[in-house]
Amino acid sequence: MSKARDFLVAAATLLLGRGRKRRLRPGERERIVVVPTPKEPDAELLAIGLLFAASLCGLAFVVIYVLDRLPAHTQLLGLALGLAFVFLAAALVVTAKRLVPNEELEEDYPEHEHPDEQERIAQVVDESGLTRRRLFVLALGAAGGSIGLALLTPVASLGPAIHLARFYLTPWRRGTRLVDDEGKPYRADDIEEGTFYTAFAEGADKEAMASSLVVVRLPERELDLPPENAGYDAKGIVAFSKICTHAGCAVALYRKPMFAPTDPKPALICPCHYSTFEPQTGGKVIFGPAGRKLPMLPLSIDGKGFLRARGNFDSPVGPSWWGVRTRKPTT
Amino acid sequence: MIRAIVRFLDQRTGTAPFLRRTLRYLFPDHWSFLLGEVSLYAFVVLVGTGIYLTLFYEDSTAKVVYHGSYAPLQGREMTHAYRSVLDLSTNVKAGLLIRQTHHWAANVFIAAVVLHLLRIFFTGAYRKPRELTYWIGLTMLVVSLLEGYLGYSLADDLLSGMGLAIGNAVALSIPFIGGNLAALIWDGPFPGGPAFFPRMYIVHVFLIPALLATLLAVHLALVALKHHTQFRQSPRETERKLVGVPTFPGQAPRSLGLFAAVVAVLFLLGGLVQINPIWLWGPYHTYSATNGAQPDWYLGWLIGALRIMPGFDVVIGDYTVVPNPFWGGALLPLVFFGFLYLWPWLERRLTGDYAYHNLLDRPRDAPMRTAIGYAIAIEIFLVFLAGSADRADVLFGLPYVPQIWAYRVLVIAGPFLAGAIAYRVCVELQRGERVEHERKAAEHAAGAARSRA
Repeated sequence: MSKARDFLVAAATLLLGRGRKRRLRPGERERIVVVPTPKEPDAELLAIGLLFAASLCGLAFVVIYVLDRLPAHTQLLGLALGLAFVFLAAALVVTAKRLVPNEELEEDYPEHEHPDEQERIAQVVDESGLTRRRLFVLALGAAGGSIGLALLTPVASLGPAIHLARFYLTPWRRGTRLVDDEGKPYRADDIEEGTFYTAFAEGADKEAMASSLVVVRLPERELDLPPENAGYDAKGIVAFSKICTHAGCAVALYRKPMFAPTDPKPALICPCHYSTFEPQTGGKVIFGPAGRKLPMLPLSIDGKGFLRARGNFDSPVGPSWWGVRTRKPTT
Repeated sequence: MIRAIVRFLDQRTGTAPFLRRTLRYLFPDHWSFLLGEVSLYAFVVLVGTGIYLTLFYEDSTAKVVYHGSYAPLQGREMTHAYRSVLDLSTNVKAGLLIRQTHHWAANVFIAAVVLHLLRIFFTGAYRKPRELTYWIGLTMLVVSLLEGYLGYSLADDLLSGMGLAIGNAVALSIPFIGGNLAALIWDGPFPGGPAFFPRMYIVHVFLIPALLATLLAVHLALVALKHHTQFRQSPRETERKLVGVPTFPGQAPRSLGLFAAVVAVLFLLGGLVQINPIWLWGPYHTYSATNGAQPDWYLGWLIGALRIMPGFDVVIGDYTVVPNPFWGGALLPLVFFGFLYLWPWLERRLTGDYAYHNLLDRPRDAPMRTAIGYAIAIEIFLVFLAGSADRADVLFGLPYVPQIWAYRVLVIAGPFLAGAIAYRVCVELQRGERVEHERKAAEHAAGAARSRA
């Protein structure tokens, strides 16, 4: 038994001594790099306590995750994880402020430049002789340029960039019926004054920019359509593209005067940048950043009372682009 | 143990001298130097939470009818993209926490970058030899704005769709190339072809993060190569001599503490403060829009600029040359960032100061720079405020149209006034310091004379 104990003691001594011996290499004087500060047992205890609290919160996160029937699950999860990091941060601040030595050292900034090395580099390039062969450098540049161009060319396949005629296409044709969100055709009688309706081209993709309309009914005597839009209304019902000509958002607000005559006239407003269009004058801009009128669609009422398009928009739908012709009707 | 690890590393990489220098690399101490670190740590959180989100997100805009657990949207038609974000928020355990933390981290990240930029600008830290660091930092800001925009666009809720429509209009409005550029990016007219969302997705989760990480690495390497700038807080700090706390053991726990604090704040925000509740906005359709829509804060200046622009397109005959969104959505950021990129060069030309600078200016030390920077900051802030005019209308009953007219005047007059005031304040502060200095010297002389008498 005692032999075994002696062996253990000897092993422990060796084990502990081993590290210490190695620190002193022959001929090397032990030298302090980091100047130690006085021990602070309170601070150490505080840091340990905070780290313990951090572990508790971390475990709490796991427990909350498992107990998913808890109310306010997301809030509790965030609180647990957040507090774990709060305690960790506090522990690290205590460590930084009171446990580790607070050194403030000085050091030289690095040299601004190395003129000899700069010169050496220039010399190496010069002496290679390559830069003096003008034609060679030119050919190298040409090769690099054309290969670069070749490698960039496939980018053109990303979209139909060349054929912008598509921007003028709409699903509206003479006789296309106006339908609601669920595809039910609108009758002229469905359209009442004082509110607006969203309509689509029958059978068309509702998401296509040129498909959606905003439809309002105005008293016919209030209509003041310009000559080019004469007859676009159907008994006071007027229809415009629902897409704002400024930035392409949906014109989703209708301002209707409720306390005439002090309030402004009815207006269609885009909630993105508050471009304001006047329905009774054919969609003219009366406020906001839009640069051109809201495209207007001519309407008619068929024998059964359904609303139909009587042609296409008077101008391009959606936000303007370079070269868009502001008075070109859509196709 | 430590020795064994260090020996192992050194024998195989030969980096012991480098590691030792790194451990004893000096960090000058000032609270404002932590702003860059805050953005770094927010970026780490963004990458971590972002990876998690990619495991749930679907980038398809194919339509699907919703029959999930969120009752108010039952039976509504929506895209796979929107439904995947909805499911992540309502069904995935801790999914909402991670999504909200990601969104908060993006907002905090860009806020920290902007504050960091203000610090760099007003202290002249960008001056020779640190222009490259500055330009790379600016580039990271520009790229981050795009990254954030793409991030909240991917959710395909009503607000993100409206944001994309505006982005599309701004792209269209660029003279000469606009129409073609937008058609290329969107794979056709808005709302774009089926390839558009996968494109946004790969750019958001791979291309830009990889670019940001690369720029970040170069940014930090450049900082370390030329060492930090410092304020002259005592006579010890000079252009040649740096005073600071070593990486280890001094700086490491501080910096890690800051890291933990940033993560703590982000998770607390993500858990406790709702952000972008997409289930309330509903799915996007080109024909829907909602009132009071606002982008994330860092794009507020662009929406403000779009809103206060008077309504005109530049038209020759009936050919549109410059559509309206160009001014606020493309030209303003171009001029603003163009100015910031050129500023170090402009300042050198203006002041003739081609010297190396390791010591920072206080804002008052360079009144002209402070005045110009302040004027520009105020301009951007006014445009940003103009973007909230609709909220002011709803919250305080201030009528919208007169507000917009007021902002149109303010954005022209405000910067000049602000710049003049800033210049005056700087000059007066300098004068005050001189007077104080002379008073001290006189008192000292008087005291010395008295003691002699």
